[in-house]
Amino acid sequence: MADNKQHETPMLDELESGPWPSFVSGIKRLRDEHPTERINGMANDLLGQLEHSYETRKGYWKGGTVSVYGYGGGIIPRFSEVGQQFPESREFHTVRVQPPAGNHYSTDMLRQLADSWEKWGSGLVTFHGQSGDIMFIGATTDNTQPFFDEINEYGFDLGGAGPCVRTSMSCVGSARCEQSCANEQKIHRTLVNNFTDDVHRPALPYKFKFKVSGCPNDCMNSIERADMAVIGTWRDDMKVDQEAWKAYVAKKGRQHTIDNIITRCPTRCMSLKDDDSVEIDNRNCVRCMHCLNVVPKALSPGDDKGVTILMGGKRTLKIGDLMGTVIVPFMKLETEEDYEKITEIAESTIDFWAENGLEHERCGEMIERIGLVNFLEGIGIEVDPHMISSPRQSSYVRMDGWDEEAVKWFERQAEERQSATG
Amino acid sequence: MAKEMRQPIESGCPDGFQYMHPLMIKNFGQWRWHDHPRPGVLRHVAQSGDALWTVKAGTQRILDVFTLRKLCDIGDQYADGHVRFTIRSNIEYMVADEIKVEPLISALEEAGFVVGGTANSVAMISHTQGWLHCDIPGTDASGVVKAMMDELIDEFKNCNMPNRVHITTACCQINCGGQGDIAINVQHTKPPKINHDLVANVCERPSVVARCPVAAIRPAQVNGKPTLEVDEKKCICCGACYPPCPPMQINDPEHSKLAIWVGGNHSNARAKPSFQKLVASGVPNNPPRWPEATAIVKRILKAYKEDARDWERVNDWIDRIGWPRFFEATGLPFTKFHIDNWRGSRTSLNASTHIRF
Repeated sequence: MADNKQHETPMLDELESGPWPSFVSGIKRLRDEHPTERINGMANDLLGQLEHSYETRKGYWKGGTVSVYGYGGGIIPRFSEVGQQFPESREFHTVRVQPPAGNHYSTDMLRQLADSWEKWGSGLVTFHGQSGDIMFIGATTDNTQPFFDEINEYGFDLGGAGPCVRTSMSCVGSARCEQSCANEQKIHRTLVNNFTDDVHRPALPYKFKFKVSGCPNDCMNSIERADMAVIGTWRDDMKVDQEAWKAYVAKKGRQHTIDNIITRCPTRCMSLKDDDSVEIDNRNCVRCMHCLNVVPKALSPGDDKGVTILMGGKRTLKIGDLMGTVIVPFMKLETEEDYEKITEIAESTIDFWAENGLEHERCGEMIERIGLVNFLEGIGIEVDPHMISSPRQSSYVRMDGWDEEAVKWFERQAEERQSATG
Repeated sequence: MAKEMRQPIESGCPDGFQYMHPLMIKNFGQWRWHDHPRPGVLRHVAQSGDALWTVKAGTQRILDVFTLRKLCDIGDQYADGHVRFTIRSNIEYMVADEIKVEPLISALEEAGFVVGGTANSVAMISHTQGWLHCDIPGTDASGVVKAMMDELIDEFKNCNMPNRVHITTACCQINCGGQGDIAINVQHTKPPKINHDLVANVCERPSVVARCPVAAIRPAQVNGKPTLEVDEKKCICCGACYPPCPPMQINDPEHSKLAIWVGGNHSNARAKPSFQKLVASGVPNNPPRWPEATAIVKRILKAYKEDARDWERVNDWIDRIGWPRFFEATGLPFTKFHIDNWRGSRTSLNASTHIRF
């Protein structure tokens, strides 16, 4: 930074006051206190450009093409449009790196990542971006390769960027949460690591995201944000510890219990008995999680656990926000064959969408365009009433294959009964 | 001859188990229940009887290596050397002994971090990139979040809301921030300004035409050069053409505003998941501290806190009281822009006599 003057940042300075930790103070520490001159200069010019954005209310980064040897994506290239004024942060690419499943780290590993990053990059990092990646923010084009080489040697790999399978996310789940009905980390790694080629070499219509939540609380927002959402659930009766339940009622009172739990059940399947025990109509429980969330000591998921799969969730571009739709109401995930089956579902979905999706069309938009039934036929999954909130309302449809379809339904039912009785 | 390049090891997503707290490995899938001893702290108890305390802290999210190492020092000195990050970029420390909890909290607070964000608090604002690093942002994210969390810090540190409140931001209408109980998102109000000299060289014109949600873009010639033009009557000012075609500048220092949305909820608890709904727009995009946006957020939080019942998320609360009363309680104007006209919008109209007087 020797011949580069320190930029004045009066607007950003206002973000150093107040009780919440300030990112501006952090960038200034890199400018003023870091022993590496390269980092001091980058931080100074980054602050300068950001101040310029605050003054003019405009962004000044442009994309481009930067990747590492052998890959086509994983780096978000950022070239400054005002690089003449701010030359030392002129190239400020983000390296997207896949975090360990469940976002677990040892402090030793965080230090090792910090050491590598300050050797090659700006010293700024985020755990994690909205894509689920570790965002190493600010490397020059020349330094992305050696940084990647270094962290790749000790077990880290790039995430997705562009039209490709993206970095996945999974909740803390079985590692710490009593509501978990699945091995989130195993599902997460089984799915995304089956598609490493599609993560690193963008060649799909658009992005494709897996997200895994261990229960219907869906802490990973998977229904609203994932092309393929895998959510833990159970299909036998929930477990009730009546003594713990009665202790809760005794402590909180009947009115509280009725107002906050019994009457909040969306399918009205709970009843508070005269002896303060609880009765549950499990056949009508939709596994919404509310009562389990309120009284986790007394109410727990059942033993017959598995997952529900929804497909087609996405954000606004292009046709508006879409939620995922139930594609598999329930499947077990215990044996290796079960995991092969879920991998096959993901493969046939991505293959069908890669063939049939338009450029820049998410899987959910394709389903909207071609209809759910065509999608199901494409991936080889039979229709199921759990996929809908209500049947068709319009009579304007050709139904001349009705009898054959009805026969299929009864045949499937008979098969299911047979496999259930073994 | 060129140096031989190193082949990448395509290892993908690393195994989390190698970094997990030993009690998490020991009791994996065997947790029994949890409680919430104080804001910012969770206690999980396993079937084995083991207990694990989690202390959650908010940070500036854009971490410099000094801050990251400070978080590691605290983890080494006061916790057991294992951390994880939540989806809202909070850091969580896990400790096996209750006696470590209070010293850990003190160390975090002394270092300037904020312990909280659990249960019925206002959680950390979900964070996008903004002017610091995005190529298409209408506003900043780090600054909006910092300014707003300065004002909401007491609600982060305490658990005084009816249920948890997730706030999100998004710096363009693509909405990377996702769905929130309250969302603060950029809303453009004018069509893109086109630099016709650059379009032919920079933009792949057919894919830009295809990107428009309302088919308002068409090929054109200006000064003898091929370019694109926008039917400004059709244009909805969404900015979808700007990422693939930077000469179609959508961001405007004056006319790019902020809009506020409420009631997004990803959980299946009680009602099915819901998308957020527009409640306010035309809010100035006013760096460095965006006071107008924060004032509206605080007004909505106040009404929710006063009127919602325990366990009602913002969407549950509005479902119970109805939209007219939401606008009454918050004092926000109801306008023609609140009535949806996008595809499927008729299902958002009231086709009944269900009216609260």
